[in-house]
Amino acid sequence: MLRTAKTIAAKDLRIELRSRVIANQVIPFAALVMILFAFALDSDAVLERVAPGLVWLATIFSVLFIVARSFALETTDGALEALRAAGVDPMGIFLGKTLALATQLIALEAVLVGASVVLYRADVSASGGVLLVTTAILATVGLASVGTLYGGLAAGAKGRETLLPLLLLPVVAPVLIGATRATESAFGTNGIDVSEGWPWLGLLAVFAVLFSVVGAVAFGPLVDD
Amino acid sequence: MTTRVARDRVTGTPFTRGLGIVTIAGIVWLVIFGLFVTPADVNQGETVRIMYAHVPGAWLAYLAFIVTALSSAMYLWRRTRSLTWDRIAGASAEIGVLFMGISLVTGSLWGRLTWGTFWTWDARLTTTAFLFVTYIGYLAVRNLGGTHHQRARRSAVLALLAVLEIPLVHFSVEIWNSLHQEASVAGNTDVTMDGLMLFTLFLGVIVFTLMYVWMLLHRQRALTLEDMLDDTGLDRALAARRTEAGVS
Repeated sequence: MLRTAKTIAAKDLRIELRSRVIANQVIPFAALVMILFAFALDSDAVLERVAPGLVWLATIFSVLFIVARSFALETTDGALEALRAAGVDPMGIFLGKTLALATQLIALEAVLVGASVVLYRADVSASGGVLLVTTAILATVGLASVGTLYGGLAAGAKGRETLLPLLLLPVVAPVLIGATRATESAFGTNGIDVSEGWPWLGLLAVFAVLFSVVGAVAFGPLVDD
Repeated sequence: MTTRVARDRVTGTPFTRGLGIVTIAGIVWLVIFGLFVTPADVNQGETVRIMYAHVPGAWLAYLAFIVTALSSAMYLWRRTRSLTWDRIAGASAEIGVLFMGISLVTGSLWGRLTWGTFWTWDARLTTTAFLFVTYIGYLAVRNLGGTHHQRARRSAVLALLAVLEIPLVHFSVEIWNSLHQEASVAGNTDVTMDGLMLFTLFLGVIVFTLMYVWMLLHRQRALTLEDMLDDTGLDRALAARRTEAGVS
């Protein structure tokens, strides 16, 4: 199962390395969203205060595109059905796709945090940096597994582009809340101390564990036709 | 033969007709008690009457979503993969969304009168809104297309995930110290509510439950007919055209 997962993840990442769809389209999109936020809010003080929320909002919007891309790869020439017909373990497919998605998300988040330092004057101390990295990892695992689960659910159906946001956005709200609060204390927004951010990681961890387990179990029945 | 077929194609039976009459009578009774017989509240005044629709609406929405989850579990668990369970789940979710909508609208009107605002970003309100959107998403997934069993499997998994939100919504009042009233009846040992008002509230829950069962039976049968139409509609149309053309 783990070998399947590794193969699938390597395959997805290799496709990305060669096609550069995420790097050339989704990451610029996320950066553009950050700039548009700055136009809309138009005040350094406000931007500084809401920077953590904007980073995670831009991440969550980009998740929609990355998930759509991840499953467009599988459904365009019936690759998902071929994998199932070949008897590949669905749990392995789920883990592999989650892993590839998580890797791409981490890269995206690094860019966005960098952008918020440059554009929104966010300030990260050393201990804040540790908190920020832990937050990003936990949030990413949660987002990637829930994205893979719902992406698989909508894969191959008509109207999936419009359906995915409707399904995904309410579910990822806890990640948005937890990650934003934790990032606020990592950035020291409103003078919040770094130590106040750690309790929020509990929420992120529960979410990540819940959806990786549920996703791994439920993915088989979902794609099994 | 034609009359027999026609009779098969309605969703009513003597039982549902009886149930319907009882439900309508119950609604009339509830309206009379809720609007005229019960006294106004000491603190909330006349606005308390909204409660007789608001609280039963919320409870029945929970019940409907739990029924959706249970019948989805039955679909997945039973080897027979009976689509009846799937259709019960779908019908129940539709009615649940309706009741949750009633609850949100009445609650928002009550909030305007009592709190002075239609909406606040309070824990109970926010989580309820999420529940509402989640089940709208569930209904959208049911309409994705594909075979009936594909629909059933997708929506069953989703229903089992969505039902996890209900405890979060219900206990949000306690967890986050919200503005919304705590559950007034369940869980409190000393109920400090006027007897007649309490009775009317329970009456509301019973009437809404009857309404739910009534709608569920009809809707479930209507969904069965829709599925039958999907399965046999084309064949029947072809057969009809063949007869017209005189080919047999």
